[in-house]
Amino acid sequence: MAEIRVDNLVKRFGSFTAVRDTSFTVDDGDFFCLLGPSGCGKTTTLRMVAGLELPSSGSIRLDGEDVTFKRARERDIAMVFQLFALYPHMNVRKNIAFPLVSMGVPRAETRRRVEEAARVLRIVHLLDKPVSGLSGGDRQRVALGRAIVREPKAFMMDEPLGALDAEFRHLMCGELRALHDRLKATTVYVTHDQLEAMSMADKIAVMNDGVIEQLGSPQEIYDRPNSMFVGDFIGSPAMNFIRFEGAAIAGSSSVTIDAVAISLPKLRESRAPGPLALGVRPEQIAIGDPGRTGGGLPGEIFGAEYLGTNQIVTVTTPHGMLKARLPAHVRAIAGDRVSLSFKPERLSLFDAATGKTIRSALHDANMTRRGHG
Amino acid sequence: MSGALSTAHSVVAPSGRVKLLAGAIVVLYALVALVPLLWIGLTSIKTPPDSISYPPKVVPFVHFEPSIEGYCNLFNTRSRQTADYLASLPPANSACEEITRSRSMVVVGPSNYVPRFLNSLIIAFGSTLLSVGLGTCAAYAFSRFKVPMKDDLLFFILSTRMMPPIAVAIPIFLMYRELGLSDTRLGMILLYTSVNVSLAVWLLKGFIDEIPREYEEAAMIDGYTRLQAFRKVVLPQATTGIVATAIFCLIFAWNEYAFAVLLTSGTAQTAPPFIPIIIGEGGQDWPAVAAGTTLFLIPILIFTVLLRKHLLRGITFGAVRK
Repeated sequence: MAEIRVDNLVKRFGSFTAVRDTSFTVDDGDFFCLLGPSGCGKTTTLRMVAGLELPSSGSIRLDGEDVTFKRARERDIAMVFQLFALYPHMNVRKNIAFPLVSMGVPRAETRRRVEEAARVLRIVHLLDKPVSGLSGGDRQRVALGRAIVREPKAFMMDEPLGALDAEFRHLMCGELRALHDRLKATTVYVTHDQLEAMSMADKIAVMNDGVIEQLGSPQEIYDRPNSMFVGDFIGSPAMNFIRFEGAAIAGSSSVTIDAVAISLPKLRESRAPGPLALGVRPEQIAIGDPGRTGGGLPGEIFGAEYLGTNQIVTVTTPHGMLKARLPAHVRAIAGDRVSLSFKPERLSLFDAATGKTIRSALHDANMTRRGHG
Repeated sequence: MSGALSTAHSVVAPSGRVKLLAGAIVVLYALVALVPLLWIGLTSIKTPPDSISYPPKVVPFVHFEPSIEGYCNLFNTRSRQTADYLASLPPANSACEEITRSRSMVVVGPSNYVPRFLNSLIIAFGSTLLSVGLGTCAAYAFSRFKVPMKDDLLFFILSTRMMPPIAVAIPIFLMYRELGLSDTRLGMILLYTSVNVSLAVWLLKGFIDEIPREYEEAAMIDGYTRLQAFRKVVLPQATTGIVATAIFCLIFAWNEYAFAVLLTSGTAQTAPPFIPIIIGEGGQDWPAVAAGTTLFLIPILIFTVLLRKHLLRGITFGAVRK
């Protein structure tokens, strides 16, 4: 297993820059997720690490060794493709053994290692079946088998669950993570599905437009988004942004929106009066009767989606629609006038002009995570 | 109102009557298409007088006695002899000899049919192998690599099919004479390859385009070179396309007549120009011609039957692929 270090990677296709100045390090044994919308450069980055594309500039190091311009077959990296890429003219056993054949592994050992991989993935009973009749999940397992049988330095996974249906994807997420915990294999995983990334990754790099917007643990990315893009991309429903004109003053613990003071973590940076945006996660919103609790933003309930344990309530405010995750028992009827209050501990403040976060106590190094509100 | 309306039948599958009609049309077409073949087969087992009699003799054993004379005349050359000479000969030692003597002739040696047939085999299969081999490599390159001026090159390759090849017969004739390729097997193989390779490139490019790149990428990540990945992963999956293309190329090269007449006369002559000029006593020897044609059909029949599974899949490829 190995550490992967990527420095200042750039990839241009003609005049189009797919990846611009991307740097990150995947620690040995980490499950690292490249997350972003389609076309953000995450797959191109992965393919460069795997050796299927050559970077326009920058370097890739595998365990300290510079592999930037090495061929894929010389890197000792395994890859799982979105459409599995199982060879249809071979059965399951031959598919899994295929990498070992190229390495010249003796027949008896090949057999042993293929069966070991099949046991780990619980597909021993499928070994002599053709791949064409397999279900999506079994194909996925065979593709994983072909990757793990080699015991490579690192795994690359390009949306490996993208072709599975939603229910199965959830199951495979758990299996993948369990497999990773067992093999302790350095893994780079590309996905556009934030739930997959959040549930599996040790570290997530959120990419947008060819650059990494934020790199951190799932909690950091959720609680302390670096930019409005990250806040919007992570979380379902996404982070709400209340846009307003105002000033941020370092040391202050509140901002004023429509003459209502909203308290938030103590600001560490100042901004001259201008467009700002308050980032509020849906679960940080509470509703109350208007007028009774002073210091709330006024709003009107637009609708509610009942989800069993809780509900997503959409509220119209002068600053746009907000989505709140409220306990299921809260009465929310369309047309009701309400007053909105926010739990202050993890509110984010953004400079709406640049989309970047304004640093606050939230970003203090010693900030410890408390449970979700 | 009719409560007994059955809904058990499929509304999308063709009904029984439609299937019957379709079957009848197919059988009718097959009969029309097979009549010439049947006639050739029947003619090959007639005697020369039976083959040109009027009204035609159609049903063997009823209208005429089958004979192997056509096949004898196809494989042997004969010479007319006087009755005295024939009487002086020892008894005939083969059925063919006997038939020949009954026409006042003796067998003097083998005909050129076997060498011409061998030429056909060598030239047709040689050019097919070359066309499909070159075509597969070129198609793979066009499908996977950034080839400068790719579209122009592909159009140029296609444009070689935009006129009948025989239109350039005279330049080719002169060129071949200059290069010493006239009446050589190599010359014919190169000629048929040059005609077929454009078809092969275009057909195979379609097939290879349908094979996802991920297969080769997976193989290359798994430690194989591109060439190994091509051989172990792309080729097996392109089998269907390669076989379909090979059959098209083989049929063209096997049946080609015009260039064979023009460029071959002796050592490299193929069967198509040879068969129609088998002359018998007093004109065309129709049973021998028919026998030559019948035997000529066999290799391509075997080749096609052996590979028909691939051929059918090849023709419907893309339309039914999941």
